[in-house]
Amino acid sequence: MAVSAVTLLPYADFLGIEAVGEQDGAPLLRMPFAAGLGGAPGILHGGAIAGLLEIAAIAAIDATLEDGGEARAIFKPVTVTVDFMRPGAHVDTFACARLARRGGRIANIEASAWQDDVARPVAVARMNLLIRNRMPA
Amino acid sequence: MSVPDPAAPAPFDPAAFLAAARDGHAVALGLRHRGHGDDWCELAIPYDRRLVSDAVSGILASGPIVSLMDTACTFAVWRRRGAQRPHATMDLRIDYLRPARPGATVVGRGSCYRLTQRVAFVRGTAHDGDPDDPLAHVAGTFMLLDQWR
Repeated sequence: MAVSAVTLLPYADFLGIEAVGEQDGAPLLRMPFAAGLGGAPGILHGGAIAGLLEIAAIAAIDATLEDGGEARAIFKPVTVTVDFMRPGAHVDTFACARLARRGGRIANIEASAWQDDVARPVAVARMNLLIRNRMPA
Repeated sequence: MSVPDPAAPAPFDPAAFLAAARDGHAVALGLRHRGHGDDWCELAIPYDRRLVSDAVSGILASGPIVSLMDTACTFAVWRRRGAQRPHATMDLRIDYLRPARPGATVVGRGSCYRLTQRVAFVRGTAHDGDPDDPLAHVAGTFMLLDQWR
């Protein structure tokens, strides 16, 4: 189920993201460090962390859909706000997202990314996404 | 007589910076330099199917555009500060006005419109061919990690 959301996304592959379990019912993702994720010397690029948060958000919505749901819906971010709280080190980064609200058209999502300690996030994001049916009406 | 100060940092050159980079996220994404001024920098990200969030539609994910704008805004701050100095992105908000057209290069311009002792304020837009038809607007702040001088 949730794993498919990640494996179907080329951008998740590009970032090396894998689903490693669940947290509070939502997919738990891991992004192992790779040279292509670096920013300033010794730290992760903020954009790579934002990408991980985006994938976590999509995976969280996908996990709520019925079987095959992921193939029917397109999630289109409308606004994305990322707060960077700590520099990301060159180690694995984890992320999980929570649906604050999922309506028929809009999903409001909160996503968090951390490294060593889930209680000490490197970044959190709030995203408002349009949910669009892929099948022709 | 003026003597060059060996401690004075060279002005930040975004094109040279990208050309010299051998790894890191900007290289992985294939970011290109398009232009810069005293307080702005314009970069481009060529279309790459590995960066799409939906294999069917072929629309770029949001993350690559965040990375493009974060980097363009970072370079804008370094242009305005006169040199590459440490800072950290504090927050970045992106409003997606429309999806990027599949296959199109996305161009992002960031500018640093206000600089204080500790914070740089940035904003920018991204488009895929027509600057008058932007696909995203961004606003953000950077925390400066050393003293302005």
